[in-house]
Amino acid sequence: MAVVYFPSGMTRYTDGVDQLHIEAPRVRELLQEVLARYPDLAVMLESMTVAVDGQVYHHPDYVPLTSTSEVHLVPRIAGGSTALRS
Amino acid sequence: MSARTFTAIGTRPVRHDGLDKVTGRANFGADITVPGMIFGAVLRSPHAHARLVSIDTTAAEAMAGVKAVLTRDDIPETFAKVVMGEAGTIGLHDMGDNALARTKVLYQGHAVAAVAATSLDIAQRAADRIKVVYEVLPAACTLDQALAPNAPILHEGLRTKGKATSDADGPTNVAMRIEMRRGDIDQGFGEADIIVEDEFRTPMVHQGYIEPHACVARYGEDGQVVIWTSTQGHFMVRDSCAGILGLDPAKIKVVATEIGGGFGGKISVYLEPLAAALSRKAHRPVKMVMTRGEVFRASGPTSGTTIRMKIGAKRDGTLVAASTTMYYEAGAYPGSPAGGGAMCCFASYRIPNFSIEAYDVVVNRPRVAAYRAPGAPAAAFATESVVDEIARRLGMDPLELRLKNAVTEGDRAPYGPTYGPIGLREVIETARRHPHWQAPLGPNQGRGVACGFWFNAGMASSAIVILHGDGSAAVVTGNPDIGGTRAAQALMVSEELGIPVDRIRPSVADTDSIGYADVTGGSRVCYATGMAVIQAAQDVRDQLRQRAATIWGVDLSQVGWENGQAVALDGAPAQTPLTLAELADKMASTGGPVVGRATVSPPMAGPGFAVNICDLEVDKETGCSRVVRYTAIQDVGKAIHPSFVEGQMQGGAAQGIGWALNEEYVYASDGTLQNASFLDYRMPVASDLPPIETVLVEVANPLHPYGVRGVGEVPIVPPLGAVANALRDATGVRFTELPLSPPRVLARLSKD
Repeated sequence: MAVVYFPSGMTRYTDGVDQLHIEAPRVRELLQEVLARYPDLAVMLESMTVAVDGQVYHHPDYVPLTSTSEVHLVPRIAGGSTALRS
Repeated sequence: MSARTFTAIGTRPVRHDGLDKVTGRANFGADITVPGMIFGAVLRSPHAHARLVSIDTTAAEAMAGVKAVLTRDDIPETFAKVVMGEAGTIGLHDMGDNALARTKVLYQGHAVAAVAATSLDIAQRAADRIKVVYEVLPAACTLDQALAPNAPILHEGLRTKGKATSDADGPTNVAMRIEMRRGDIDQGFGEADIIVEDEFRTPMVHQGYIEPHACVARYGEDGQVVIWTSTQGHFMVRDSCAGILGLDPAKIKVVATEIGGGFGGKISVYLEPLAAALSRKAHRPVKMVMTRGEVFRASGPTSGTTIRMKIGAKRDGTLVAASTTMYYEAGAYPGSPAGGGAMCCFASYRIPNFSIEAYDVVVNRPRVAAYRAPGAPAAAFATESVVDEIARRLGMDPLELRLKNAVTEGDRAPYGPTYGPIGLREVIETARRHPHWQAPLGPNQGRGVACGFWFNAGMASSAIVILHGDGSAAVVTGNPDIGGTRAAQALMVSEELGIPVDRIRPSVADTDSIGYADVTGGSRVCYATGMAVIQAAQDVRDQLRQRAATIWGVDLSQVGWENGQAVALDGAPAQTPLTLAELADKMASTGGPVVGRATVSPPMAGPGFAVNICDLEVDKETGCSRVVRYTAIQDVGKAIHPSFVEGQMQGGAAQGIGWALNEEYVYASDGTLQNASFLDYRMPVASDLPPIETVLVEVANPLHPYGVRGVGEVPIVPPLGAVANALRDATGVRFTELPLSPPRVLARLSKD
């Protein structure tokens, strides 16, 4: 199962959980499962992108995962762009 | 080092657009003229914070020559979304509100109305006749004011994303809180033999691009819109204007003009939706060009910051713990680069225990835009100052301390992922060997060093390579060329196909004529768009192999490609190789024109690191500092055109030195900007600076076929710290607030 790590700033939305093992073929399904468990995370996820096994993806939905994949949620570089408001 | 041997890559041909640029023939935004064109002007708020009670345009509309007047009533509030480079999918609401205020003005210079008239003079005079009734509100123009209890609130609906506690659900100016932690911070500091802590402040500064924002928009009777504009991303302009104006993007074509600098400040729209809306009302093309004052007041700046930084080390120099709290001004709307600062501040060092908190804070100042490595320079200023102070107190060589703690492949970045091949150690070792590091200093001189880190983006790009019948070629992409990328792309085609670089014509196509491209930003064009160019050239090569197979009457599998010509592979009937020129000459009879194409959307390029060495001389009677020697050393992956890479490093160093020594937005207590001109906003000019020496270190990026990393942003990250550390060395005084301008330095030296 892939493991997804939550930055400490997000753990208030995950009941303190900082990592989670999830069976998912791609990032899209992994994030769907994360949101199913922690729906309040949605407000934070829109400002994040995803790193899989060291590579940071701008459009990560269809990046395949393996049983040993490490997934990190990484803040997007705003640089003046208006973040989506919920 | 990259193992591949290159022929064209790494050479320094004259850039294809060079002569037009140096002779003034190149067409920039303000050079565009179309038949029937009229001129637009913007009425801007004199107040930092006020409610718009009423806007009366009667007198303006009555003036002879006025063709259209635009107010909030002409542009509906939008909740559309657009892809905005590294920021991902973003809402256009705030960008639209920034282009033309709806209910409140949020900074001095905020657009309130616009006029189009037969001359610019008439347009400006008509704008002045628009009667606006403001209800002036208390303003929060600084971080301290915005964060104070009972602070004036810019956006009543704003709530903090990622807040630490749930007991603060009321209106706030804090748009976001970012937190990253690792290890046990208390235990880490408990193990430290030395702890250095200080608070650092950097001012709001502007990118300072020489060319102001400028565009022409023509809204046709059939609803077809053409926009010519100076931008870092014309697809972004198309999609943003469509969203803000409620138009069908299919009816908008955007043509990117030559661009006189952007540095991140031209990845948003300001004038374009106004010009298009004015043209729709006036039934004439409308040209709009910002004055320099408007550029300063209403576009671009990057955040002022306040950063509390604390780092602990063992006696041998090993860093064991670090904590920081960072506040970034967002300007009028959420979206400061606080996240970039948070991710970058400790990215150069292996620190087992750390805590990072970063806050995105709205203030009554212009909405910030990206500026080269957004968020990182201010963060590095704080980190590198404290690391320097630790080295001093331990009596260690500052480069040795940095090398001891430098991250390398396999280390985990503070933002989570593990680093692949990176070149920080190679860069530091190169700095230690450089003659500059051992050179003697003169009287009143000091030397400082600093490291810098930046990510380097990937994102979406498209490319076409067109083979002509005479064996020459064209390469077409959708990325405005800011740093010499057209020449670099021609070199890539030359490398793949063997065509001399001066027989390859590179160009930037409009939004109708090439596939989608994300903005020219994030140091991504040579990497990502370059990847598309290489693949498009390889597509041409493979098509030519097929043409050779047709001519020889053999299967494609029996044709190879070597040294710019098709060759028969072992086992195939012997054939005289066919050169590219010979195959090009036979295109019509072998299947028609040959056009290669490719699209890509790669991940981030892999980080780049740099070390800068700065020698500063201080006049202790005036407080004036002068950089007397400066060396920039950077891991660039692979330099395609080394002159342009060196230019990026020199430009970043110059901008960073200006940020460190003189640049700042100066505000009066009422929130009005006092230095909105190049006369009063002191950017460095050539006579202020010594030649910037550059050293290119090449640690190949495995994600790119040539090893390319981004190079455009890393160079501005180290200079703030390097300059401040040099001043510390020269004076014995640690300065923690920028700019290090003569009055500030003199006051501090007099005090001490």
